[in-house]
This record gives sequence, C-alpha cells and structure tokens, in this order.
Amino acid sequence: MAIKLKELSHRESRVAPGHRACAGCGSIIAIKEVLMAVEQPVVISFATGCLEVATTIFPYSAWRVPYIHCAFENSAAVMSGVEAAYLSLKKQGKLPGESGNKDIKFIAFGGDGGTYDIGFQALSGAMERGHDMLYVCYDNQAYMNTGIQRSGSTPRGAATSTSPAGRVIPGKTQFRKDLTKIMAAHDIPYVAQSTPDRWRDLMTKVQKAMEIKGPKFLNILSSCFRGWRCEPQESLEVTNLAVETRFWPLYEVENGKWKLNYKPKKHVPIEEWMKLQRRFQHILKPQNKHLLEEIQRDIDRRWDELLFLCGEEAGPKPEQS
Amino acid sequence: MSKVLPLTGNEAGAEAMRQIAPDVVAAYPITPQTELMHRFADYVADGVVPTELILVESEHSAMSACVGASAAGARVMTATSSQGMALMWEILYIAAALRQPIVMPLVNRALSAPINIHCDHSDSMGARDTGWIQLYCENCQEVYDNVVQAVKIAEDKDVLLPVMVCYDGFILSHTVERVEVLEDHEVKEFIGPYVADRPLLDLDHPVTYGPLDLQDYYFEHKRQEAEAMRNCKPVIQRVAGEYELLSGRKYGPFDEYFTQDAEHIMVCLGSAAGTAKAAVDELRDAGEKVGLLKLRVFRPFPAEELIAALSHAKGIAVMDRADGVNSIGGPVFSEIRAAVYGHSSAKISNYIYGLGGRDIDIDMMKSVFQDMKDGKYAEQAYYIGVRE
Ligand SMILES: Cc1ncc(C[n+]2csc(CCOP(=O)(O)OP(=O)(O)O)c2C)c(N)n1
Repeated sequence: MAIKLKELSHRESRVAPGHRACAGCGSIIAIKEVLMAVEQPVVISFATGCLEVATTIFPYSAWRVPYIHCAFENSAAVMSGVEAAYLSLKKQGKLPGESGNKDIKFIAFGGDGGTYDIGFQALSGAMERGHDMLYVCYDNQAYMNTGIQRSGSTPRGAATSTSPAGRVIPGKTQFRKDLTKIMAAHDIPYVAQSTPDRWRDLMTKVQKAMEIKGPKFLNILSSCFRGWRCEPQESLEVTNLAVETRFWPLYEVENGKWKLNYKPKKHVPIEEWMKLQRRFQHILKPQNKHLLEEIQRDIDRRWDELLFLCGEEAGPKPEQS
Repeated sequence: MSKVLPLTGNEAGAEAMRQIAPDVVAAYPITPQTELMHRFADYVADGVVPTELILVESEHSAMSACVGASAAGARVMTATSSQGMALMWEILYIAAALRQPIVMPLVNRALSAPINIHCDHSDSMGARDTGWIQLYCENCQEVYDNVVQAVKIAEDKDVLLPVMVCYDGFILSHTVERVEVLEDHEVKEFIGPYVADRPLLDLDHPVTYGPLDLQDYYFEHKRQEAEAMRNCKPVIQRVAGEYELLSGRKYGPFDEYFTQDAEHIMVCLGSAAGTAKAAVDELRDAGEKVGLLKLRVFRPFPAEELIAALSHAKGIAVMDRADGVNSIGGPVFSEIRAAVYGHSSAKISNYIYGLGGRDIDIDMMKSVFQDMKDGKYAEQAYYIGVRE
C-alpha cells in the first residue's frame, strides 16, 4: 500500500526519544523508518554495535517492541531461535499473552561489521534455513562503535582508524564486498538495498518484505558523520549522493527477478560523493588521481552489471572517458 | 512404572529428550554427540515430539539460537562436545547471565590440538566458570536421570540457570548399558509445563533483553547470578528427593563409597568412578581403609558438604581428566584443596589421567591408593598412564 507522509507523522515511533545515538546519526533514522513501516506486531534482535549501545543503556531502553541483544555476530542466529520458538509454541497453542492468534514479524538488525564480517556465517545460515524473518543491515561502512575501524564494507580508499591514509598507504586498499549481491545469490524470496534519505523507497521495501513469507534481506546504507567525517546535518544528503553517484544503487531482487528502483538522470562522478567526506580527502589529491579513476571504473563496472541483471538499457556514460 | 532398556549414553540422553519434548532444539554435529541428535532428529521427523529442530550452521549459532528461543519463552535444549563447546564459549556466559534455563548434554571429548575425538574433561572443565550448572555422570543410567532432573533444576524460579549434563564420550556415549526409564507421563508430570518469565513473545509486555550494563549496574547483576548459583544447591537436593520418590534412585551432590571410615580417599568424577570402585573393593577385601568420593555436581561446587565428607581423611587423591596446564594441577584438585583448606590436616595430591581417551584401569587406581599409603604427595600433579 502507498505510504503517506501525513499518516506517518501520526504514527508512534517504535524507538522512543531519549536514546543516545548522535544527533545526525543516519543509522537511527534508518531503523526508525524500518519499524515505522511495519504495522504488524514485531520482535527484533540486534547485534552489538552503535545502535545497540545507544538504545539500551540499563536501566533505560528505547524499544517499545520486544527486543533482544545477545552478542556481536549472532543477531541472525538469535532471531532463528526466536522464530522457531514462535512456530513451536504457536502450533502447540502455548504462545504467551494474547499473541496466540497474532501473526508476529521478526526482524534481525546488525551493523556492517556484524553482518558483512563477523556475523556473515550466522546470516548466511539463517537465510539458507528459510526462517521467516527480515534481516536488516544498517551499513555505515566501518566498525563505528569501537572507533571507526575498517570493515568488509568500507569502500576502497576510505581512511579509517585501522586503514589510515598514511604516507605510504592511501586508506583502505581493498574494494568493498558486495553483500547484497551475495544475499541475492542465496536465492531467498526478497533482497533489496536502500538508504534512509529515500524513505519512501526504504519503507515500501520493508512493507513488501513483511508480506513475503521466508527469509528476506535489506541492506541500508546509512551515514555516520563521525566516521565519514562529514557534517551531522549532511547525514541524509551524503547517502543521497551515494545513490546519485551510483555507488549505492536502489534495487531489489524478488524471487530471482532483479529490479532497479531508481536510475539517476546523469552520470554524477564519485568525487561528488567523496567531497562531502573527509575520509576520502587524500583520494581527491592530484597524486592519487589514478586511484580515483580506478574507483570510478569499479563503480561503472558494477553499475553496468546491475543494469544487465535488471534488464535495463545501459545508462548515461561519463562525459569524458 | 519404569521399564528397562538397553541404551547407549547417547540413546539414554535422546530418550530423556524425547520424553521432555523441548519446544526448540538447536544442534550441530560433532563426534561423539552425533548419535544423540540422529536419534532425536528421528523423533522430530516421525512427529513423536512437537519440537522445532534448528539445524544451525555452527555451535556458536546453536547456542545463540537457544538463547533466542529461550528468551522467546520456549523450553530449549542442545547438545555438543569438545570443539563445539569451545565455539559456544562466548554465548555460554550470555545464556547463564541472561538467566536462560537451557539444558545441554555435553558429551565429553578432548580439546584440540592435537585433534582427538575421545574422552577427557577439558571441554566442560574449561567452561566451569561460565555460570552453568554442571552435573557429571558415571554411567548411562545417570545420563538419563541427570538430563531429566536438569530440566527441573534449571527452570526453578530460584535458579533460572542453564545446566550442562556431562558424560564421557565413547566410554558412555557409545556403550550399551541397562537403563531404567520412566513412563512418558511420569517425566512430563515430574518436569511440569514450562512457564517462562517475561518472554519476548508476550507482545503485551514488551521487554528488552541484553542491554548495555555499565559501572553502575553490571556488578549487581553479576552478584545476582552468583546468588542464583548458590540458591541452586537446595533446589538440586529437592529435585533429587522428588526424583528418588519417582525412580527409587538416589542422587546427591556426590556419592560416597566406603568413605566414612576411610583413611585414604580418592575423588573423581565421570565414568572412571566405576573403575575406582572396583579398586576400592579389591583393597577393602585386603583390609585397607580406602574409599571413593564421586562428584556429581561440580557447579555449584559443594564445598561445605565436601568438607564434612573429606576432612577426617589422612590423605586425599584427586583425579583430574583435564590438565590445568598451569604447573600446579587439574581443576578438580584446585577446588578440592581450596575447599578443605583450614578444615582438614589431610595431605592432598593430584593425578592427571586419561587425556584424549587414554584408558585407566584398576591397577592404576590401586597405585594411587598405594602412593597415599606410602606417603607420596607431591606439590605438583602426577601424570598417570602416560609415557614420560
Ligand atoms: C566477538 C566480538 N568481537 C569484537 C567485539 C567488539 N565490537 C563491539 S561493537 C563492534 C563494532 C560494530 O561495528 P558494526 O557492526 O559495523 O556496527 P556499528 O558500531 O558501526 O553500528 C566491535 C568490533 C565484540 N563485541 N564481540
């Protein structure tokens, strides 16, 4: 169903105010949007990371829904257990409370560290087993909670605490892992990418996922101004530019069918995205021009591949190449 | 009315699990636990139990799924051995500290390296301070009885801690013995229905599990966990009493075998106790005042009861099937010596035996008693049955 902004403004957020995420945290916006899109009763799990820490400092909790955090790498595995318990208790007529006749939804959350890296096995296993759950990765492209260390999602060239831009090594030397594609290769019913600045896209995807039985995966690029070294008020603009530069295409894969949800009108070069973020400032220096070109080529190649998978015409090319 | 069946330790564990019929079981294969899960998977496949069986991709996820399912409000079990338990390590602490009454048969197997599939206690002994209750078994009957009792102990409102039922890999897991099993309805009535405290699935009362606990609260929560471990002593006793009424079999924190008037007492746990009893029998026949104390409950550690049972001895030899690799001795030894310190003038020695499934026989057990008789007590552990 169509999402109306006016309606949303009346909906109570399932994340209470007073949580301790930074002002300008892109991830908390993303998570709020996810839960705002879910109208059904929902139980959530979280991996250790910034949002877990920011929302549940005992004796406070920002969660108005049942929530469990166990450890860093097992959000998907923990949720497997919750969902299995639901199935078992439901079929035995033993569900607690009045939930016995309710259709409960299950969402597991993790940061990119907890999803691309240390939690990858648990995620892959849970998806393969076919649990009826949505896994949401809020991807801020580094281990932010522990002080901005590089992860499998950190883009090439980005400076982090463990991949600093040094005199010899210019930031992270590897390209990022394309987790969304890897999840699509799991052949699960629904896989998608989004960002919180594209709230309608994001929430439509969540709503769609809630209607689909089985395992679903949603990867949300969400900014961390501390780690990306941009301004807090730019937290949505910066992910918007990630979409416009085709670094983070909006697409979905439903039952094996790939669909591009948004095609930028023009070819916006990647430096436009990088300019906002001081983690890339060294890449924009003349002596690293070859790196910038390499990064651009990689983005173009991945974009063309995506267009092919989505059955789309090739898009606009860079002006001079 | 009980019936007698020829069962291996794993089959006895599976039989208990069938009767318990947990709501959720999460499991991953590892020798020598595998046959337990094969059998249980048959029960699931045949619709004999209503269990949701989650065949996870690792033991780390097995324990994680158990925590999730238990917090959701389900009665939950898993089983593992050795490396599998090692992989669960992180989550073992969390299961206990989140106070989830998960029950886990742990089929004791040596830890790598070198890789080895046979019995020793290095896996469960390494997990002795994770906050899990630990029960050890001498034979297949005890496997069955302890698994059934474990559920009731774990779920007691004064306890709410997970329980590990430890039994020796291959020596028990793969050996057929005579096992008396209760009727299904007897087990069902004995354990009763599980009513979870504040389950996640109670949507009317949303709860937050696993928040960040800082300097201002963490200590109090750990203190409560420690208190729960203390509380379980009377609960374990009460459950054993009720179980005795039902089964006729008596359980306590430990078994005493000719210890009352013994001058020299051996302490051990697990299947080696059977061998030790045979050694005691032979030595008693020869007129020697020797005895055996077989530990069943290692966590909570029954220190007061042990003092009462051991302090009259002249000598105590503690048998460890796990090495501390600490230049002092094994874990059972360290705890026994700490417990009797100041309460007894007994000399205490330690023997590391049976690592990686190495046999221990009656003569070796007798040689330990002989050492005590000869006044041989070393500060560091003796190794028995090894080529030096
Ligand atoms: C097994 C384990 N290893 C390491 C850590 C330390 N740790 C806690 S949070 C975190 C980073 C989380 O990064 P990410 O998943 O990207 O989420 P973010 O903090 O960026 O939101 C790390 C490394 C841990 N808690 N557990």
